Amino acid sequence: MSTEKSVWRRAYEWHEQRLPIVSFLDHSIGTKYPAPKNLNYFWNFGSLALFMLAVMILTGIFLAMNYTAHKDMAFDSVERIMRDVNFGWLIRYMHANGASFFFIVVYVHIFRGLYYGSYKAPREVLWWIGILIFLAMMATAFMGYVLPWGQMSFWGATVITNLFSAIPVIGDPIVTFLWGGFSVDNPTLNRFFSLHYLLPFVIAALVFLHIWALHIPGSNNPLGIEAAPADKIPFHPYYTSKDAFGLGFFMLFYFAVVFWAPNAMGHPDNYIPANPLVTPPHIVPEWYFLPFYAILRAIPDKLLGVVAMFGAILVLFVIPWLDTSRVRSASFRPWFRVFFWLFVINAVVLTWCGAQLPEGLPLIQGRIATIYYFVFFLVIMPVLGWIETPKPLPASISTPVLKPAE
Amino acid sequence: MKKIVLAAAAAFTLTSTAALAAEAGPELLKRQWTFDGATGKFDKLQLQRGLQVYREVCASCHSLKYVAFRNLTALGYSEDQVKALAAEYEFKAIDEEGSDVTRKGTPADHFPNPYPNDNFARASNNGALPPDLSLMTKARVGGPNYVYSLMQGYEDPPPGTELLAGMNYNKYFPGHQIGMPKQISDDQVTYADGTKASAEQISADISAFLHWAAEPKLEARHATGFRVMIYVLIFTILAYLLKRKIWARLEKK
Ligand code: HEC
Ligand code: HEM
Repeated sequence: MSTEKSVWRRAYEWHEQRLPIVSFLDHSIGTKYPAPKNLNYFWNFGSLALFMLAVMILTGIFLAMNYTAHKDMAFDSVERIMRDVNFGWLIRYMHANGASFFFIVVYVHIFRGLYYGSYKAPREVLWWIGILIFLAMMATAFMGYVLPWGQMSFWGATVITNLFSAIPVIGDPIVTFLWGGFSVDNPTLNRFFSLHYLLPFVIAALVFLHIWALHIPGSNNPLGIEAAPADKIPFHPYYTSKDAFGLGFFMLFYFAVVFWAPNAMGHPDNYIPANPLVTPPHIVPEWYFLPFYAILRAIPDKLLGVVAMFGAILVLFVIPWLDTSRVRSASFRPWFRVFFWLFVINAVVLTWCGAQLPEGLPLIQGRIATIYYFVFFLVIMPVLGWIETPKPLPASISTPVLKPAE
Repeated sequence: MKKIVLAAAAAFTLTSTAALAAEAGPELLKRQWTFDGATGKFDKLQLQRGLQVYREVCASCHSLKYVAFRNLTALGYSEDQVKALAAEYEFKAIDEEGSDVTRKGTPADHFPNPYPNDNFARASNNGALPPDLSLMTKARVGGPNYVYSLMQGYEDPPPGTELLAGMNYNKYFPGHQIGMPKQISDDQVTYADGTKASAEQISADISAFLHWAAEPKLEARHATGFRVMIYVLIFTILAYLLKRKIWARLEKK
């Protein structure tokens, strides 16, 4: 064996001395990043979200090459993508369904955080950045849905932007400002396209901060206790290989929908060109907004409805302090676990209510579900921390829980 | 106690689903389409018959603007046949001297709109606007089954129904009063390929044709889908084996 360094090795070291990007990656997601050894498959959803962001940006850039942001041409340009651009149908279906799968992944990711108490000290800032990403995703997806300029694009945009008119005094000027005119029209489409192109890169920057904030305390784990150095394993190759497997498994579902049910999650009305003179009988947003739409409509007053809708997301910022229990993982909190699963069921009910006309039974259920949504955060979280007796925590990840003396 | 709470939650969700089932209209007629399922393909002869129905029946009122004549090669026609078909249509043009003339259609042209503008179209149809048909099966719940049902849904209005002037009763149309008169009856067309032209057959053929018009890349989508799925499946299995092998190192320690 020669002791001479190969030319590649020398080039690599030369470069690393000037910009240590390989060591940086190695410390971030490589062999130098120790992660708890007991992470379960719910910890795959972070890397899946990153994958979906990359898919959205890549497909989006190719769509933008062929898309025309003008009210008389947008719908036609999307149809041209579907029919005449090489593999345009694939790019568009990956993008349109990608938004849905991005939200599925991020919702699981958020519920994972709620269940295992990942929002608690010392991860509050990490949690905040996550919520900012969620908000930016919602804005991006909302504006993206306007771009094909179908009936739901137009009327969804009209209904949602109109919400701001509920704000006293400055409401109407704000709506005019958002529209760039006196109704949703060409200027609205143009600015939405510009922002729809911009925001994903803001999200990418937030993701960078999110991962930075993650590396300060390191990952939480299913037991919610501090992981001792002995209970940690290098991220690469252990979690890179696990994430690769998770990615493959996830893609089976994503591509099954892209190739065999590409319009199942969309609304047929969006294949009708936008028409300001014809209001669709039932305007519904995309499924991932439905829980918040249900909260909006559960409240009879428009302004309070808007406040509740935004409050439903903003309350997430303060849950590190609303939750008074010091035990992170719900596995050791017998009562929290029950209320958590009720919260999940409640979210499904809210989603369903959001798709119904706000009258009769759905309206009543929407109201009950809205109440539980807020009670969960504002009452159950603080009170339970005081009155619940958690199960004994294990001393470390590798030592089993000691049975209490009989 | 925990069980009671969970049972209450279950009851809450169940009532939601019951309410959902309550509000459906008449069930659509359903058909086995050749393009259904994971490997579904269009039946080219059926599409050719559907094209004939479109040209002989629907085209006098409905445009098909996203379909170009050149696309018709997908129905099994040769380039020359497409050229000849396109040449049967006339388009407005401006000649070198700048005068308005008409020219023959070419494969690059799209199916023309039968009306010069929407107002004219409404005026000719008792105020109802015949919509463009190129995306119809994707723009309605039920897709091709909806068009298939709509074509066969004309019947006498139930006693007591006031039909507005110029309106027709169709049980599948939302609100039941439709501006389009009944179009399809037995032997409405004489098929070039000799297929017996029952009303049901004609309705099926036009619906299949319109589904091709709306989703012309369906076959490519299914075929690409299979290749991608096989690739991803192999990737997933290899990744799983790799992951197991790597994680086995931890147990040895
Ligand atoms: C005499 C003109 C005329 C002819 C011919 C005609 N239609 Fe129509 N069609 C209309 C009008 C008018 C409407 C709009 C009806 C309304 O909105 O009340 C319409 C609407 C439709 C709709 C939309 C229904 C909906 O859900 O909104 C479909 C689908 C349709 N036609 C299919 C066809 C097909 C297929 C044919 C050929 C077999 C055809 N039409 C032939 C006039 C016509
Ligand atoms: C966070 C990432 C993103 C999300 C959640 C998102 C979401 C969406 C959604 C929901 C639609 C409507 C799909 C439809 O029904 O047709 C859409 C359309 C579109 N998006 Fe995005 N998008 C993202 C990133 C991007 C990026 C980075 C670009 C450009 C570089 C882009 C360009 C477009 C274009 C041109 C359209 C219109 C074409 C179409 O409707 O298919 N998107 N987006």
